[in-house]
Amino acid sequence: MTKKILEVKNLTKKFGNFTAVNSISFNVDKSEIFGVVGPNGAGKTTTIKMLTTLLPPTSGEASIGNYDIVRDASTVRRIIGYVPQLLSADGNLTGYENLLMFAKLYDIPSKEREKRIWDSLHLMGLSDSAGNMVKSYSGGMIRRLEIAQSVLHRPLVLFLDEPTVGLDPIARDAVWKHVETLAANGTTVLMTTHYMEEADTMCSRIAIMHKGNIAAIGSPKELKLSIGNQDASLDKVFEHYAGDKLEENESGRNFAEVSRTRRNAKRLG
Amino acid sequence: MLNDSVDIIKLARINPVIAVLNFIKKTFVIAELEVRKLKHDPTELLTRAAQPALWMLVFGEVFTKVRAIPTGSLSYLDFMAPGILAQSVLFVAIFYGISIIWERDLGIVHKFLVSPTPRAALVLGKALSAGVRAISQAIIIYLLSMLLGVQLSWNPLSLIGIIFIVIISAALFSTFSLIIACIVKTRERFMGIGQVITMPLFFASNAIYPISIMPHWLKVLAHINPLTYQVDALRTFMIIGGQSQYGLTFDFAALIIAMIILSLIAAKLYPSVVR
Repeated sequence: MTKKILEVKNLTKKFGNFTAVNSISFNVDKSEIFGVVGPNGAGKTTTIKMLTTLLPPTSGEASIGNYDIVRDASTVRRIIGYVPQLLSADGNLTGYENLLMFAKLYDIPSKEREKRIWDSLHLMGLSDSAGNMVKSYSGGMIRRLEIAQSVLHRPLVLFLDEPTVGLDPIARDAVWKHVETLAANGTTVLMTTHYMEEADTMCSRIAIMHKGNIAAIGSPKELKLSIGNQDASLDKVFEHYAGDKLEENESGRNFAEVSRTRRNAKRLG
Repeated sequence: MLNDSVDIIKLARINPVIAVLNFIKKTFVIAELEVRKLKHDPTELLTRAAQPALWMLVFGEVFTKVRAIPTGSLSYLDFMAPGILAQSVLFVAIFYGISIIWERDLGIVHKFLVSPTPRAALVLGKALSAGVRAISQAIIIYLLSMLLGVQLSWNPLSLIGIIFIVIISAALFSTFSLIIACIVKTRERFMGIGQVITMPLFFASNAIYPISIMPHWLKVLAHINPLTYQVDALRTFMIIGGQSQYGLTFDFAALIIAMIILSLIAAKLYPSVVR
């Protein structure tokens, strides 16, 4: 039996005349890894920002575990975890301290705190470097630390915004291995990516976003069959639905995003 | 099946005492986080001491000799020492907002905003940590003043008063800085504006000369400048024979009211920094 944990209905975000997200609807079931794919500027990050209460929607609605993202925003914040696109762990604290501070912010009872922190560090393979300053971590370690941080309070839904951008292939595999473990333990994951092959192997279902719309939605297999070629790559599927190649779609609006990604890459060395 | 923290928010909604306690707790967690960072790298505190030291040693010594500024019964150095403390608190606090822009660019602010922390606690926690930084300045300036022979008060009540004034002033100006950061949103614009407002705040106050010698229009500005009330209170507490011009009650009230208003504005603007 599956259970809907995230319901999105006609969710829309406009910035002035520009419609970043155009009346999208979808559901995510418990323990799914749900992928939102699309090029920069497709509306992925805007969607995540709305679902994580950072950005109020222009219209439409969404609920997580039956809590409305606008009306019950403060409750929603308690039941979700979020890892932003940028490597955002605090470099001037140790890995352990990063987790400790968030354990306190999420009201994890003090007698349970140590256990949860160390369980989380262990799960992400970071026990040995917990006492080191985060600025000495590699990009992959920072990302794993952030995931550890975001699941301390055992969220119902974990949001990962481009979790592997800027990581080398080995670090990427490690991150994926850990995300799969989380999902296997019952955490629902909603992630964005613009790596199609990643979405293909990781996600149980995928929404293809293009220019603020959901162009297609389904399991990787369903999507491939829907274009009549079960051996096609997801890139081909995307081209089919968006009538467009990924690379050619970077418009001027994404300058900030691109420069942030570059800054991030620089930070990783 | 929901996780444990949902209970707390439900409790907080029913019980205002729990809501207030939660708010205070979160404020201190944010402050703790900043203090931990400072503990890992305290060099900033020492380098910041250079500027007030220069003001006291060069400007203070020279103007004491010149006797150009009417400071009543106090020597010029006695008169200016509290002003320089106020100045260094201002300088610690007024560029504080840039950390929000920096943390926004790193995605740190996003994570705090997604957490169930009250927005005002995010603002006040930051403000409180600016206060902690400012305390270190107060200690350095107190020691420096002692070496220069300023008639310092060592009365424990005065010292407590100074600590309170320093913390609330640092909190006030750092919150003001946060508001500017939330409005301008980029580092470059923030630095420009920071430079532009710091000097008028400092010079349109009673920090290094009495308001009585100012032209009328400047007097008006000085009287709406919170720095004036900070200096007035510090002068009363710090210096033997220092007299409050406006009364300590008024000084405290002015600073606290300004702080409350600025916090409310900042808490409102804070989430917009990630939009």
